[in-house]
Amino acid sequence: MKQSDSESDKAAKATPLARAVASLGRFTLTAGRSIFSMLGGMSLLLGEVSSSTAKGLLISKQRIGCDALITQMVRVGVRAVPIVILIQMAIGMILPLQIFPKLDEFGQAEQIATINAIAGFRELGPLMTAVVLSGFAGASIAAELGTMVTAEEIEALQASALNPVRFLVVPRLLATVIMTVMLTVIADVVMIASGMLTSVKLGIDFDVYFQLTTEAVNVTGFVTGLVKAAVFGLLIGLIACFLGLSVKPWQGSEGVGQATTKTVVYSIVAIIAADAVFTLIFYSYGLFD
Amino acid sequence: MPTETEKSPIIEVCQMTRSFGTQRVLDGISLDIYPGEIMVVIGGSGCGKSTLLRHLIGSLNPDQGTVKLFGRDITTMSEAELNEVRKRFGILFQSGALFNSLTVGENVALPLREHTNLDESTIEIMVKIKLELVGLREHADKMPAMLSGGMKKRAGLARAIALDPQILFYDEPTSGLDPVTSAQIDQLIIDLTRKLRVTSMVVTHHMSSAFTIADRMCMLDKGRILKIGSRQEFESLRDSSPEQLQSEQDKLVRQFLRGDAYGPITDRKVASDYEDDLLMVGLKAEE
Repeated sequence: MKQSDSESDKAAKATPLARAVASLGRFTLTAGRSIFSMLGGMSLLLGEVSSSTAKGLLISKQRIGCDALITQMVRVGVRAVPIVILIQMAIGMILPLQIFPKLDEFGQAEQIATINAIAGFRELGPLMTAVVLSGFAGASIAAELGTMVTAEEIEALQASALNPVRFLVVPRLLATVIMTVMLTVIADVVMIASGMLTSVKLGIDFDVYFQLTTEAVNVTGFVTGLVKAAVFGLLIGLIACFLGLSVKPWQGSEGVGQATTKTVVYSIVAIIAADAVFTLIFYSYGLFD
Repeated sequence: MPTETEKSPIIEVCQMTRSFGTQRVLDGISLDIYPGEIMVVIGGSGCGKSTLLRHLIGSLNPDQGTVKLFGRDITTMSEAELNEVRKRFGILFQSGALFNSLTVGENVALPLREHTNLDESTIEIMVKIKLELVGLREHADKMPAMLSGGMKKRAGLARAIALDPQILFYDEPTSGLDPVTSAQIDQLIIDLTRKLRVTSMVVTHHMSSAFTIADRMCMLDKGRILKIGSRQEFESLRDSSPEQLQSEQDKLVRQFLRGDAYGPITDRKVASDYEDDLLMVGLKAEE
């Protein structure tokens, strides 16, 4: 009691600037600590998932539940298909309309095809899919696992000598990775198609557009996009599972809500950060030439 | 069960201590439970009885002391060793803790599918037997969300006995249930213990339930054991008049057993720093 009194006295005497600096320092310290503990926890979880998956593939008794995997894939991905299509249709239209006047000035209007293809396959396909899925899949996984913690289901699994990572995390994580990649393919195609329609409306010849697109889309561009998508999916699944399982039983619905919100925010930040890292790596290895 | 004491205990808790932060939740608990008996642990909310249960099933580890199940200390075991022990006991959680994505039948089948090499048709028969024992055979295909509270607990119980455990733990089995359903669950606990020859440890604060099912009882208060004894001892303590009782502990236990609104348990809450607390407000206002 006494100590906290003297501390609060000190705080009261400090100037507003000192107090601001102090609270900023405290914030940085807590934020830093929680980021490191979260990264640590996520790495451990990833390790467990990897060993569980490897065992699941090699040892028949510890097989990965195919039913569970398919259920999760449907849950994670299928419902997101319309949203991904809608967003990519819009972007496929927005991009040409934004750039067309400038390109037309230079007499390069048909290069819209190249720009649209590169932007779509390398960047916007994976990125937009991942953003949609962090809301769709990430939030629902975190909410589900968090609710399972508060309903004692996780504890019940452990008490029945069943490993929650193998049972719950592995199928969800694999499903998120697979569905992010599959949805990215859909997103790529939709964006190209939508861009093509818009460009044709703007007066660009269909054949020219088609040819430039096929020239711009090479295997490397397509594959790098899918690699990114897989990593984005992994990040979403990992963050969602980690935060969902981090809910404490006594936190109840508030804890579940926090985990859900955090999952969406952290996933988007992680996706963009990973995107930047990938782009730097791919660029410096000359994959974009 | 007087003969039981001659056997060696199936659950042995020795000088167990556990703190959360600065709060000591379990303070030197020692408790032996013998094969075939129903031990009921009673105590007020927050007395540490659920925490005690979680130490016995290996969900939590004590700061000090040992917990022996089947004669082996589980506090020093690796996760893999602990999992082997976990296959030999079952637990019914407060909410039933059914896996909501699986049907009732699949919930019961899950431990069998994962921990045994039985083929599907055998598992199906086992599931029917277990569900019949708790009276839920015709509800095997329902999802947990469609069940009432009492049915959820019974389904949870069927899952707990799936692997024919030697020990059954119950965490507040009758909380949130109507009197008739509670009585049914009580009867089920007695029946299962006798039919399957298991040892049961029940954590509850329902006195009627405790006196119905217990062979022996144990009262916990503020992380300490106030009294361990046979049901008869607890019954005579409940029915005694306060003048007959010498020790403070017995008086505390008596109030709890009778559910009296006034007595030593409530008195100690009154004798708090209430006046000091009010004075402090006055002093602060003067400043």
